[in-house]
Amino acid sequence: MVQNFAFLDEHSKKEIRRKTLKAIAVPGYQVPFASRELPIARGWGTGGLQLTLSLIGRDDIIKVIDQGSDESVNAVNIRKLIQDTTGVPETIDMNEATLVQSRHRIPEVPLRPSQILVLQVPMPEPLRAVEPSERVTKALHGDKEYSGAWIKMFEQIMKYGHVTDDADYPVLVNGRYVMAPSPIPRFDNPKMNDNEGLILLGAGREKKIYAVPPHTHVASLAFDDHPFEIEDFSDKVCRESGVSGVFMDELIDPDTGENYYVTNDTSYMLEQLNKEEEHVN
Amino acid sequence: MSTNDIVMSIRDVSKRFGEGCEVCREDTSTLNGNICPNCGTVHAVRDISFDLHEGEILGIVGESGSGKSTLMKMMYFDQENTSGDYYLRSYEEGAENVFDVSSQKKREIRNEQLGMVYQNPLHGLKINFSSMTNIAEKLIAGGSRNVGEMTARGDMFLEKVNIPLSRKFEAPKNFSGGMQQRVQIAKALSNYPPILLLDEVTTGLDLSVQADVLELIKEIQREMGVSMIVVSHDLAIIRMLCDRTMVLLNGEVIESGITDQILEDPQHEYTQQLVYSIL
Repeated sequence: MVQNFAFLDEHSKKEIRRKTLKAIAVPGYQVPFASRELPIARGWGTGGLQLTLSLIGRDDIIKVIDQGSDESVNAVNIRKLIQDTTGVPETIDMNEATLVQSRHRIPEVPLRPSQILVLQVPMPEPLRAVEPSERVTKALHGDKEYSGAWIKMFEQIMKYGHVTDDADYPVLVNGRYVMAPSPIPRFDNPKMNDNEGLILLGAGREKKIYAVPPHTHVASLAFDDHPFEIEDFSDKVCRESGVSGVFMDELIDPDTGENYYVTNDTSYMLEQLNKEEEHVN
Repeated sequence: MSTNDIVMSIRDVSKRFGEGCEVCREDTSTLNGNICPNCGTVHAVRDISFDLHEGEILGIVGESGSGKSTLMKMMYFDQENTSGDYYLRSYEEGAENVFDVSSQKKREIRNEQLGMVYQNPLHGLKINFSSMTNIAEKLIAGGSRNVGEMTARGDMFLEKVNIPLSRKFEAPKNFSGGMQQRVQIAKALSNYPPILLLDEVTTGLDLSVQADVLELIKEIQREMGVSMIVVSHDLAIIRMLCDRTMVLLNGEVIESGITDQILEDPQHEYTQQLVYSIL
């Protein structure tokens, strides 16, 4: 048997595209979709993968990242599956890629018009921690009743003096729907606001697709006297590349026992290093 | 009393569980208790009308299954009515039937114009969240987004209901039943609602704690002038709290009037039985 282009059969792609269009039409609204079985387990990026497979065409150039890295096992395997079933070229360069699938990061290089970023989502419902019933959360979204998301933050302020959500920090999209931005760090939240490209979010296990279309207003929830803040790396410098002002990983040098910082987005770091080298030559 | 001090009006409100049939839909006189012998439909609340005046406490008594709680749940939009009208002075000056407004508007009314204290604190509280957060939930739902203001309000109300402020960051699941009930009252009051609904608030509490909670309710009514509806099956509580009382049986009001009058000189056979059985 010959596998269809991009693994999924055309009817499945049609279903996913149709739901994607609806998601784009209603920014931040979680559209239920008929999530398909894939050769990877649900919860391992199947939502993102289905979006990618339904969108990809022969002219696309694909980039897959996992927490900033193009070379982690998850990224490599998903990229392999996409390439094996489509034959499209891959890249690690944000400027080349037309379609980017990512887990838990928005790349440092801003999206450009007509570029699509697909995010893998484990838990699409921002109110789930407070309200276990799907029927109820749907009604709450319908009534724009978001005190659940707020009291979760309020409780953290009561307990720890500040909001402790570091990833998956809830945002209000287009002034209407509160949305879980997938577990991207707070650092990436502002990148969603008024961005040039299309951001699609897919949750395969939870069977939901939602979207942030280009130039959509996205605001992180915050109390008047506890403003939203991103992680502060202003005084940190990447040990490998010397760049600053990006999201960094904190690591410990096993020889000296000292901690140091490295740029999390590896392709961005590589780009900076190459530029530097060109400059030297 | 003049008519403009009416804060709430209920007109011909009914709730039935089941479709109803030709026999019971129009004429409910053939019911067996509150159940239609023909189709089995339960008529939980039947054509109830009453007004609640500003600053008064209205009591609703009746046995289990008489429709007290169903009526209460409809007033707080926890349950949909089958028919009838519901007007609030605080909403559009009472010009619109609030049973007919959108669910978003109903939430708004719940959050800003009504306070509810359930018999079981589990229903009214998020038991794993701190007491302060529980109070803030009502304020956040009402549109507040300032942590400092909300905690100040929370402190004030927790103090009012005698919860030690040293325990304000503790979750109500660690509290005794009486304390949970007092946190619930603080939450219900936190938005200064003009109307407070109390559903069997002291049931299940021991006598000294009951006295505390009742004292608190009296005090709140005196200080804040809140109008209240108190549902109870306990006549002693009704006697202590309420200015006026309605007696419910099988979903119908069988007697209503000044509390003392009803308790001293009950007219209906069932009320007589109820009053004489408290000895």
